[in-house]
Amino acid sequence: MSQPDVLALREYLGPELKGRTISDARHVISLTDILGYSCLIGRYRELSGRSVLLATSGQLQSALAMIELDGVARRMLLCPPDLNPDHIEGLLAGAEIDAIVTDRPLHRCDDGAHLVVGAGLPERPGAGWKTERATEWLMLTSGTSGPPKIVGHTLDGLAGAIIADGAARYQNATWATFYDIRRYGGLQIFLRAVIGGGSMVLSEPKEATVDHVARLRAGGVTHISGTPSHWRKLLMSSAVADFSPRYVRLSGEIADQAVLDGLARAFPHASIGHAYASTEAGVGFAVNDGREGFPADLIGQNRDGVEMKVVDGSLRIRSHRTARSYVGSGAPQLTDAEGFVDTGDLVELRDERYYFVGRRTGIINIGGLKVHPEEVETVINRHESVRMSRARSRRSPITGAIVVADIVLADGTDAGRHETIRTEILSRCNDALAAYKVPAVIRFVERLDLTAAGKLTRADA
Amino acid sequence: MSVKLKIFSAMQQIAEEQKVTLPPLRDDLALQDTGFDSLAFAILVARLEDDLGIDPFTIAEDAAFPSTVGEFIRAYENVPA
Repeated sequence: MSQPDVLALREYLGPELKGRTISDARHVISLTDILGYSCLIGRYRELSGRSVLLATSGQLQSALAMIELDGVARRMLLCPPDLNPDHIEGLLAGAEIDAIVTDRPLHRCDDGAHLVVGAGLPERPGAGWKTERATEWLMLTSGTSGPPKIVGHTLDGLAGAIIADGAARYQNATWATFYDIRRYGGLQIFLRAVIGGGSMVLSEPKEATVDHVARLRAGGVTHISGTPSHWRKLLMSSAVADFSPRYVRLSGEIADQAVLDGLARAFPHASIGHAYASTEAGVGFAVNDGREGFPADLIGQNRDGVEMKVVDGSLRIRSHRTARSYVGSGAPQLTDAEGFVDTGDLVELRDERYYFVGRRTGIINIGGLKVHPEEVETVINRHESVRMSRARSRRSPITGAIVVADIVLADGTDAGRHETIRTEILSRCNDALAAYKVPAVIRFVERLDLTAAGKLTRADA
Repeated sequence: MSVKLKIFSAMQQIAEEQKVTLPPLRDDLALQDTGFDSLAFAILVARLEDDLGIDPFTIAEDAAFPSTVGEFIRAYENVPA
């Protein structure tokens, strides 16, 4: 069965654009002639129409397999590197997986019930796949507790924001992201590279910032994306001085004015944009005016067919870019009756602009009064000596909880100035925030950890 | 610095931050006359826990919250650090 109206990734790859590559720290693979080769080993011809788990150790093998299997497999479930092995069995059943593509022995799964196909580098002759169907792209939510939910997308929806931007303007772009491309934020960048006709430099887990930046420079990266936390970490490193991208993108967390201004100073020649996207809601919008928040006129229907509204303070999105559904038996509804996804991200309108204030699930309750950790961090981050901060809840025998803050100061901050800085931060918090939102205790720390999705770890959230 | 002096110093610091005028601190001063609200006491207890390593009000679940400054200080002095 041939469906000529269905576009798969292979349609964006061909010999006409020269010099396209995708690379990680060990390999540089040509995208220009990628369709002539296969990265799959074994009984790969049986993958057509299958529901495939992509479980590779590195991002590169997954990228190559996605290119090969999009339009061929019925489903592809992208397996992020930090997946808890205890959850795999449930995911296999939920997504009705009947084939596994992997570069490592998966003894747990190799029980005869699944077709297991190897993944390597594109060294064998191409399989000559034709696009036969619109493959379902399944990915996992990045929630911190409990088994992840499976979210189902189509390439059409995933690429909606890329096509709307005009993919052709990225033809000479080399993309990079701090994310893993097997999660929504990273996948967006991978798709921008493939669909836009560009190249890509993949991140490596646990790679030192200075080595990563060296690879970004060597690879000629022009467009790069990460969370505000990723960027704050990069801005702390002296390596940033040698890097000069043309486009810097933030998403996945609230981009406050301090990080936007910091990036504008570090990359005076780059255009800097922050995007709103989530695994469930897809890409909502991008803001390129250098200011935190977003213009109020984005609420309503925009010309790209994205419709947004604010109900009970939280942002709701309806568009063809949102996920189709949660996948699996007993999976909850992804949208409300009208097709809107409730993002759980809370916004506040001030002077014709909406500002993100935090997640509904992250609220700290101080004797019945609500505090968003993000609103406290935004005030702290404005202090010129602060690089990163995290506000969190601490148990209190008196009010149930209090707000405390962990703060990373700029390199080379004299320890003798700590008390002065603490007093300055507290005084700014007192000026900008209600008393119960002001951190009761400020702790200076060496570093703050990020989750696998690049977000600030919020243990109490 | 004695426990008592540490407590007084932390209270003065919080009073300054919260723009509260503390009356002269004496053992028989009622806590409700210090000008501290429950938030100020929550901050005080958290900072003292960091400074002294103890939070006597969480350790002893049945302990009644003290009513005077003197009782508040003794709650800290009576807990083996």
